[in-house]
Amino acid sequence: MLQAGLPYMVLTGGLLVVMIGVSIKRTHAVAAVLTIITLIVTILSHILAYSSLGDGAIQITPLFKVDGVAYLFNILFLFAALVVAFLGSEFIGAHVRFKEEFYLLLLCATLGSLVLPAAVHFASLILGLEIIGISLYAMIAYPEKTRPPLEAGLKYLVLSGVGSTTLLFGMAMIYAGSGSMGFASSLPADGSMEAQYFYLIGNAFFWSGIAFKLSLVPFHIWTPDVYHGAPSVITGFLATVSKGAVFAVVFRYAVEGNVLDSGNVQFALILIACASMVIGNLLALLQTNLKRILAYSSIAHMGYLLIALLLIESNEALGYETVVVYLVGYFLMTLAAFGVISVLSTNQERELDTIDSVNGLFWRQPAAGAVLIVSAISLAGIPLTIGFVAKFYVFAAGIDGRMWALIGALVLGSAIGIYYYLRIVFTAIKKPSDEFGTISDIPWTGLGILSFLGLCMLVFGIYPTPLINLVQSVVQASGF
Amino acid sequence: MTVVLLILLLLGAGVVAWLSERVHSTLPNWIALITFIATTLWVLIVWLNGPDANGLYAILDLPWIPRFGINIVMRVDGLSLMLIGLTTFLGIVAVVSSWTETKTRLGFFQFNILWVMAGVVGVFSAFDLFLFFFFWEVMLIPMYFLIAIWGHEEKEYASMKFFLFTQISGLLMLVAIIALVWINYNISGTLTFDYEELLKLNLDSTTARLLMLGFFIAFITKLPSVPVHTWLPDAHTQAPTAGSVILAGILLKTGAYGIIRFVVTLFPEASQEFWMWGMTLGVISILYGGYLAYSQTDFKRLVAYSSIAHMGFILVGVYSFSKLGTQGAIITMIAHGFSTAALFMMAGALQERLHTREMSKMGGLWVRAPRMGAVTMFFVIASVGMPGLGNFIGEFLVLIGAFQKSVVLTVFATIGIVVAAVYGLSLMQRSFQGVPNPDVSQMPDFAFREMSVMVLLMIALVWVGIHPQTLLHMTETILPLPGFGS
Repeated sequence: MLQAGLPYMVLTGGLLVVMIGVSIKRTHAVAAVLTIITLIVTILSHILAYSSLGDGAIQITPLFKVDGVAYLFNILFLFAALVVAFLGSEFIGAHVRFKEEFYLLLLCATLGSLVLPAAVHFASLILGLEIIGISLYAMIAYPEKTRPPLEAGLKYLVLSGVGSTTLLFGMAMIYAGSGSMGFASSLPADGSMEAQYFYLIGNAFFWSGIAFKLSLVPFHIWTPDVYHGAPSVITGFLATVSKGAVFAVVFRYAVEGNVLDSGNVQFALILIACASMVIGNLLALLQTNLKRILAYSSIAHMGYLLIALLLIESNEALGYETVVVYLVGYFLMTLAAFGVISVLSTNQERELDTIDSVNGLFWRQPAAGAVLIVSAISLAGIPLTIGFVAKFYVFAAGIDGRMWALIGALVLGSAIGIYYYLRIVFTAIKKPSDEFGTISDIPWTGLGILSFLGLCMLVFGIYPTPLINLVQSVVQASGF
Repeated sequence: MTVVLLILLLLGAGVVAWLSERVHSTLPNWIALITFIATTLWVLIVWLNGPDANGLYAILDLPWIPRFGINIVMRVDGLSLMLIGLTTFLGIVAVVSSWTETKTRLGFFQFNILWVMAGVVGVFSAFDLFLFFFFWEVMLIPMYFLIAIWGHEEKEYASMKFFLFTQISGLLMLVAIIALVWINYNISGTLTFDYEELLKLNLDSTTARLLMLGFFIAFITKLPSVPVHTWLPDAHTQAPTAGSVILAGILLKTGAYGIIRFVVTLFPEASQEFWMWGMTLGVISILYGGYLAYSQTDFKRLVAYSSIAHMGFILVGVYSFSKLGTQGAIITMIAHGFSTAALFMMAGALQERLHTREMSKMGGLWVRAPRMGAVTMFFVIASVGMPGLGNFIGEFLVLIGAFQKSVVLTVFATIGIVVAAVYGLSLMQRSFQGVPNPDVSQMPDFAFREMSVMVLLMIALVWVGIHPQTLLHMTETILPLPGFGS
């Protein structure tokens, strides 16, 4: 049991070391290096922890249940945090006065995201969620020199607070119906009408809160503003880790709590999924700011992912596989897209986040341009990239579960999506107009990270077998 | 293994061509040209060596994504080899036609040409549905770049339209492919994308019809047929010459190939029930495409619309469900590849010299450039369907095949040949004959570089026209396809 909890202890230990280090002497480089070492050691500690799992899962107190799938999620989140730490160190170095606390917040948020995939209890759910949330408020508003991040931070604070409240109220109602806060025993305690109502109303509130956190339609309104205002590298973190972690935990809730047995919940989720896929893509058409485009696109992508969630009624294993593979793809392409904006803006006054600012990027700065093109093609789900593998999985999941309405929305949404992703590609390969010169003084570490992400997208897009085999074997070993 | 080596050679040459730009500015042209000549010779040698006992020229089976039963299954039979040969040969034409036209970023240009061709060779030889879809989409991306970077005035609109049409119809095909595989999985218990395995599947008629439509829509969008043809004139007009040559010569053929290889064989009953629709769409394409071609004033646009008409014959031929009709469709694919590639090359040459595609600004060009005039005359005549040239054989066989199925539709399709004569000759008249346009005082004629390619294309067309037996023989092994009549 101790060994299974090792990653959490390593990360917490690293967090403490960084905190004490910062309070003794503020040195940006030391804080950054310590953070990166902590993240890498935490990733490595999963190997040791996984070998101790034996068969299936280990329950740690009623709050947590760690299994292979939870570890897969953890590694993914830690990887994203690592990318954000690298890219963020450059951005923070250039734009912020007090640099060191950023790493504390990043490690804290990562710890929260590690809590969620293992949570099997409403208490641990809210614990993880709030650790991420509170760290993120500060991270979003971190660059204190300009106004937009502050505004975005405040918006996120207020709205996310409302979301959490709704979620808590939902949990209370579910508890009133079942008398238990554990996922596995959250079904109504008896068949009485009252308990059924509590369960249903509780779930309505619960899923509304979750839909807010995942920015699903119709709870998506905050997304573009917050994405736009926050510094790109933080937006990348928000779009990937915080959403991925929430997805991991609701997946667990749906599996353990058999929530989808309720036809009403299922129907509501289908509606939300269809609406997110179509409306998210439609609204993205109207945008001219890259970060806003990516915000709406992330709404659509969360809609695609709901198909995997809905599949667990009939095929748990494929559902889990889909969600992990999809998140791997989504993480890579989203981090790459936000990474490009962040790297390009490192030494700029303002962020280069309008679509015009990537005009002819492929010719002005070939490496960054190529990564942006690959990630746009990948987000559109076109072969050669991991986005296609991910989309293939979602199609397969939808067809496996015979969810034809969702397939229809998926085709429609993807079709609309191609238009605006292609616009990014077209802008990036356009002949650059004279007002944009070559972009110089770009940090080489940033370009290195971006190239790595781009390469991953292509390699896993062309030969996904190692990734698929790993995910499949872990999912099977976890007993799904 | 041969096919994969061929594809890898094209891909590798693409990368080399891109990098070679740094050494010398015209080196990419030479690398692409040599690659295409070498691959054409390679295909020729494979063809001369003859097929194995199963009628296959090359075969390959490697695991790729075992989780879903996806393998790299590639086979080259007569039909595939023919089309691969067409692909590499038109590669030469494409490179030569844009030899001086492309002035910027030549390395990346040739990279895209070579990669499109690699994707197309993959499409023509993939026997695993996932692999097929993979290549089907992959060949789009370099084509998109060709139009979007080196295209003319309205390249953004045209490239976007081209991509959206093919992508959206491709999504329908993807759903159909996965659904087909999953149905097979539920029945047989094995997850496989192998074409041969899926051929054995018996579907109930409603499912078969729906899935057939998924494939059918994707393929007629690419072909293209009315009513999903509207991307083609825009894409062709805006594409650089090499892009148009590839698009008309080869990419359209992937749609026709898909129908012959997948739609009618995977869903024989559903397709046979569908014959009326298939033939009618073909006839409408012939007549409507011809009508629209006649009303164009843009040289390139006219040729583009004429392609829609010619592709209509392929639909008519295949959906006549006769051996002759299908063979006619296959011959039309090859012959149209030659003749239209030449005409697009001519359009590109005219635009390079006159900086316009408008026929009102041409007229009497024969006097200025007699070689170009004669060449255009030859290919216009070929495309009209002059006996002795390839296109005639194709369309003639199609009509014979179709006649057995439906006399009325055949009569209408035959009217299309008359229409073809009208727009073909009007193209000739408005550009090369008539009173010489005073604005065009002089125009350099075709030189050795262009003439040599044109002569090759002429020889090819005459060969198909006079001795079609070689091609007909190569299709024997795949015909009659399952579900075909005599």
